[in-house]
Amino acid sequence: MIDWPLLSIVTFLPAVGALFILLVRGSEEVVARNARNVALWTTLITFALSLLIWIDFDNSVAGFQFVEKSDWLAAGITYHMGVDGISMLFVILTTFLMPLCILASWESIQTRVKEYMIAFLVMETLMIGVFCALDLMVFYLFFEAGLIPMFLIIGIWGGVRRVYASFKFFLYTLLGSVLMLIAMIAMYVDAGTTDIAVLLTHDFPAGMQPWLWFAFFASFAVKMPMWPVHTWLPDAHVEAPTAGSVILAAVLLKMGGYGFLRFSLPMFPLGSEMFAPLVFALSVIAIVYASLVAFVQEDMKKLIAYASVAHMGFVTMGIFTVTTQGLQGGIYQMLSHGIISGALFLCVGVVYDRMHTRLIARYGGLATRMPKYAFIFMLFTMANVGLPGTSGFVGEILALAGIFQVNTWVAVIAAIGIILSAVYALWLYRQIIFGQLTRDDLKSILDVNRREMLIFTPLIIMCIVMGVWPDPFLRVMDASVANLIEHHQLALDAANAVSVATR
Amino acid sequence: MYVLIVFLPLAAALIAGFFGRQLGDRGAQVVTSGAVLTSALLSWVALFQVAFGHAPVTITLFDWVVSGDFAASWAIRVDALTAVMLVVVNTVSSLVHVYSIGYMSHDKAKGRFMAYLSLFTFAMLMLVTADNLLQLYFGWEGVGLASYLLIGFWYHKASANAAAIKAFVVNRVGDFGFALGVVGIFYIFGSIEFDQIFAAAPEQVGKSFVFMGMEVDVLTTLCLLLFLGAMGKSAQLFLHTWLPDAMEGPTPVSALIHAATMVTAGVFMVARLSPLFEYAPDALTVVTVVGGSTAFFAATVGLVQNDIKRVIAYSTCSQLGYMFFAAGVSAYPVAIFHLFTHAFFKALLFLCAGSVIHAVSDEQDMRRMGGLWKHIKATYVLMWIGSLALAGIWPFAGYFSKDMVLEAAYAAGTTVGSYAFWLGIAAAIMTAFYSWRLLFMTFHGAPRASKEVMDHVHESPKVMLIPLYVLALGSICAGFIFAPYMVGHHYQEFWGNSILVLEEHVAMAEAHDVAAWVKFLPLVAGVVGILIAFQLYIRRPEMPAELARTHQALYQFLLNKWYFDELYDWIFVRPATWLGRVLWKGGDGRIIDGLGPDGIAMTVVRVAARAKQIQTGYIYHYAFAILIGIAAFVTLFFYGVD
Repeated sequence: MIDWPLLSIVTFLPAVGALFILLVRGSEEVVARNARNVALWTTLITFALSLLIWIDFDNSVAGFQFVEKSDWLAAGITYHMGVDGISMLFVILTTFLMPLCILASWESIQTRVKEYMIAFLVMETLMIGVFCALDLMVFYLFFEAGLIPMFLIIGIWGGVRRVYASFKFFLYTLLGSVLMLIAMIAMYVDAGTTDIAVLLTHDFPAGMQPWLWFAFFASFAVKMPMWPVHTWLPDAHVEAPTAGSVILAAVLLKMGGYGFLRFSLPMFPLGSEMFAPLVFALSVIAIVYASLVAFVQEDMKKLIAYASVAHMGFVTMGIFTVTTQGLQGGIYQMLSHGIISGALFLCVGVVYDRMHTRLIARYGGLATRMPKYAFIFMLFTMANVGLPGTSGFVGEILALAGIFQVNTWVAVIAAIGIILSAVYALWLYRQIIFGQLTRDDLKSILDVNRREMLIFTPLIIMCIVMGVWPDPFLRVMDASVANLIEHHQLALDAANAVSVATR
Repeated sequence: MYVLIVFLPLAAALIAGFFGRQLGDRGAQVVTSGAVLTSALLSWVALFQVAFGHAPVTITLFDWVVSGDFAASWAIRVDALTAVMLVVVNTVSSLVHVYSIGYMSHDKAKGRFMAYLSLFTFAMLMLVTADNLLQLYFGWEGVGLASYLLIGFWYHKASANAAAIKAFVVNRVGDFGFALGVVGIFYIFGSIEFDQIFAAAPEQVGKSFVFMGMEVDVLTTLCLLLFLGAMGKSAQLFLHTWLPDAMEGPTPVSALIHAATMVTAGVFMVARLSPLFEYAPDALTVVTVVGGSTAFFAATVGLVQNDIKRVIAYSTCSQLGYMFFAAGVSAYPVAIFHLFTHAFFKALLFLCAGSVIHAVSDEQDMRRMGGLWKHIKATYVLMWIGSLALAGIWPFAGYFSKDMVLEAAYAAGTTVGSYAFWLGIAAAIMTAFYSWRLLFMTFHGAPRASKEVMDHVHESPKVMLIPLYVLALGSICAGFIFAPYMVGHHYQEFWGNSILVLEEHVAMAEAHDVAAWVKFLPLVAGVVGILIAFQLYIRRPEMPAELARTHQALYQFLLNKWYFDELYDWIFVRPATWLGRVLWKGGDGRIIDGLGPDGIAMTVVRVAARAKQIQTGYIYHYAFAILIGIAAFVTLFFYGVD
C-alpha cells in the first residue's frame, strides 16, 4: 500500500493543472499552445497515477479501499474518499479518456483555448470526485458542480442552437437534483450522518424508502438518461463540441448508473424491489423506442445519441435485476459504452472537422478516399451492435442473462434491441462510408492523420481487449457485486420477516 | 496442431488486412492461401486422428466471460463432428482462396478480399470448435460479419450494400432467438458449457417453466429458441430471404460462405446440440416440418429463376432443408453426411458458375447465354459432374447422402417424417429439373449473347480450374468412400460421443432396411427431372414460354419468390420506419418536450412575466423548484414520523 493520498492526488491534479493554465500569460497564440500542452501533460500524468490505484487494488476486498477521511465541516460532514470494485474502473475510464479528449480538441478548438482547457480539467476533477466521494455532501457537490463546466462547454463552444440545448440540459437535471438534495437531507435527519460508508449499513424505515428511492431516481434517471426524460441528450450532443460529446456520453451518463449502484440499490433495497418493474418497463421502452427513433435520424450525432439511450436501457435493466450477471453486465456495459460511444463521437468529429456538417445525407462513399477511417468506423459500428469479440457484446449478453432469470418478458423485448441496433448502425455506416463518392467537395477529403490515429489506437485496443479478455475488469467487480447482492437479499429477507411477524 | 488449424487463418487475415500495402497483392494472396492450405492439410490429419482414431480432444486456451456461474472459455474442442466440419471448412476454403487469385485478378482490392476470406475461415473454425454456447455465438456472429463484409465487397454498388445489410439483419432476427436460447439455457442449467448442459439434459425432460407468462416445456422452448438462430443462419423458410440477395457478393464468396460452409452452421448446431434436441421431440418435429417445407419451397422458386447464381442459391436453400429434416428425424449423422457431400458439389457448381460468368464478361442472366459448351469445355464437364451429384445420380456423392436423407425420413415412421419424405421427393424432381434447365440454357442451344461477348468467351486459367478438379473429385468420391463410415451400420463407432441418438428414435437404425421402392424413388425422381428438362429445353424449346403464359399467375408467384420480400417490406420495414418517425416527432418532440421542458419553460416564462418580480429566469427556476422540493420534503417528513 502506498501511504500518500492517491485518490485526492488523482482527483485534484487536473484542478492544479487548470490553475497553471490560468497563470499562463503572453500572446494569444502562446497561451493557446501552452494551455494545450499543460492540459495534455496533466491528463496524461493523472492517467498514469490512476493506474497505480488499479495496480494496488485488492480484488478480494468488497469494501472501500484507498480510504481518506478527515473532518471538514461541522455537523458530521467529513471529507471522505475511497473506491471499491464498482467505482474504481469508472475512475480509470475517466482518466483514460481525458488525454484523448484533449488531443481531439487540439485543432478543432481555436477560440478561447485557455478557457476551454480549464473547463475540461476542472470537469475531470469533478468527475473523478463523484466516483470517489464517500460523503453525501461531497458527492452532491461534485455531482452538481460537474454540470457547470459541461454547461459552459456546450454554451460557449457549442453549435447553433447551443442556448436551447444547454437550457434544456439544465432544466432537466435541475429538477432531479433538487429532489435528490431533499432526499439527502431526509437521510441525514434519519441516520444522523452523511457518511456513505455508514449509510450503506443503515436500515432506512420501510415507509421512507420508496420516497427516498424515487427522489434519487429522478436525478439518476435524467442523467442516464432513461425514457422519457432522455430528450435533452440528443440536443446536448448535437450542440456540444466533439470532445464535449465524448465526455458527456462516456462519463457523465455513467454517473446515473453509478448512482443507482451506490445509493438506490444498497441503501433502499425495499424501494428498489418495489420499483424494479417500473425500471424494467422504462428500460425496455428505451431500448425499442430509442432504436426506432435512431433509425430515422438525419444527423449523425443524434443517431448515436439515441443509440446511447438504447444501450443505457440495457444498463438500468441489468442493474435492477440484482443478479451477478445483471450487475456485472450493467457495469461492463457502461465501461464499454464509454469506449465505444466515445470513439463513435470522435469518428463523427473526424469528418465534421473536414466538412463542417453532420448531416448523413451530405456524405457517402468515403471508403474510397478514407480506408483507415472506414476500418475504424466499421470496428466501432460493430462494437456498437454488440458483436462478440468487441467490448459491447460482453455487457449486453450478461445483462440479458441477468434479466432472463428475473423476467422473461423483459428479456424478450430487450433482445429485440439486438435486431434493431443492427438496423440503424449498419444503415448509418452504409450512408456515410459505402456507395459512390459523388459529391465534389468529398473528392479531396483526407484520411485520418497521425494525431487522429493516435487518439483512436488506444480506443481500438481497449475495445478488442475488453471483448476478448474481460477477466481483468470483471474480477475487479466480483467481491463488491457479491457483497451488494448479499446485502440486498438480507435486507429483503429481514423486511419479509417483519411483515410476517406483524401479520 | 489444433491451435494452428484455427489461428493460422486469423494470423493470415490480420497480416493481409493490415500490411496489404507492404505485401502487395501477390504477397497477400500467398500468405492467406498458404495459411488456409496448411490448415486444410492439418484438418485431414485431425480427421484421421480424431474420428478414425477415436481420440477427441479439448484444448482450453483462457477464460473469456466469467461472471458468477456464467462462464465460458476460449476453447478448441475437436471430436468427430468437429473434425468433419474442419475438413469441410478448410478444404473448401483453401480451394476458394486459390480460385479467387484467378477470379479476382481484375479487381483493385485483392488484399482486402483475401483478408476477408481468411477472417471468415477463422470465425467459422471458432464456431465449429466451440465447447460452450458463447463461443459458438462468437463464431456465429463472426461469420455473419464476414458474410456482411463480403456480400458488400463491391461497396460502390447500392444493391450490394442493401443485400449485405439485409443478410446481417435477417441473421440478427435468428440471433435474437439464439441469444435468448443461450441465456435461457443458463437460467435452467446454470451453465453454458456443452458437457455440463448435455449431462443435465435428461433431468429436464418433462419439466416446465414460465416463459412470457406461459407455462412451457423447458427443453422444447430452449431448443426452439436456438433453432430460430439456425433458421436465420441456414436460410430456412421465413428467414431465407437474405440468401438469394447475398449473391451480390463475388462468386467465390457465394461458393464458400453461401453454399458450402456458413449456411450449414445451423445444421451443425442442431447436430452439436443433439443431446439436447433428442430430449425435445416437439422441437424436432418443428425442425422436420421447417426443413421439409424449405426443401420444397426453395425448389419451386428455383424452377423459374433466370439468374444463374440465384438458381444455385435456391438450390442451396432447398438442400439445407434436406439436412434439417434429416436432423429433425434424429438422423444427425445423415444430415452431416449430406452437409459434407453437398459442400463439394455445391461449391463446385458455384465456382463453375463463376467460371461461366467470368467467360461471358460478367453476365449472370441465363437468357443471355446459351451455346457455350464448345468454348468452355472443361467448365461444361465439371458442371455436369456437379449437377449429377446434386441430382443424386449414382455413383456421385449426392446419390449416397440424399438417398440416406430420404430413407431416414421415411424410416422415422412418423407423420412429419412422411411429410418431409414426400416433399423431399417432389423437391428431388424439381432439383434435377432446374439443374438441367441451367445446363441446357447456359451451354446448349443457339448463343443469345452479343457477338462481342461470344468472341471474348474463354476458358478460365489453371489457377481457377485446378480447385475445380479437386472439388469434382470430391463430388464423385466423397459419397462412396465415406458413406460406410459416416452413415453405415456402425456409424456410432465413427461419431463416438459427438452425436447422441436415443434408441427410441429409429430413423437412423432402420434407414438401411426400408422397402426397395423407397430406396429407388429418389433416383427415379432425379432421372424424371432430367428428362422433363430435356423435353422442355432441348426437344421443345418453345414450351417453357408457353407454359409461363398459360399459367401466368403461378409463374409470377414463383418468379417473385412467393412475394416474401414484398410481404416483409409491408409488415416490418414500412411500419418500423413510420413508427420511428412518429415516435421521434410526436413522442419526443410534441409529447415529451411539449409537456416537459419546453412546456414548463413556457409556463414559467408566462408566470414570470405576470409576476414581474424577478428578472433572471434561472433564479426564478430555482425558487420554483425549491418550493416543490419543500412541499415534498414536508410530506415526506410526516410520512416518516408516522
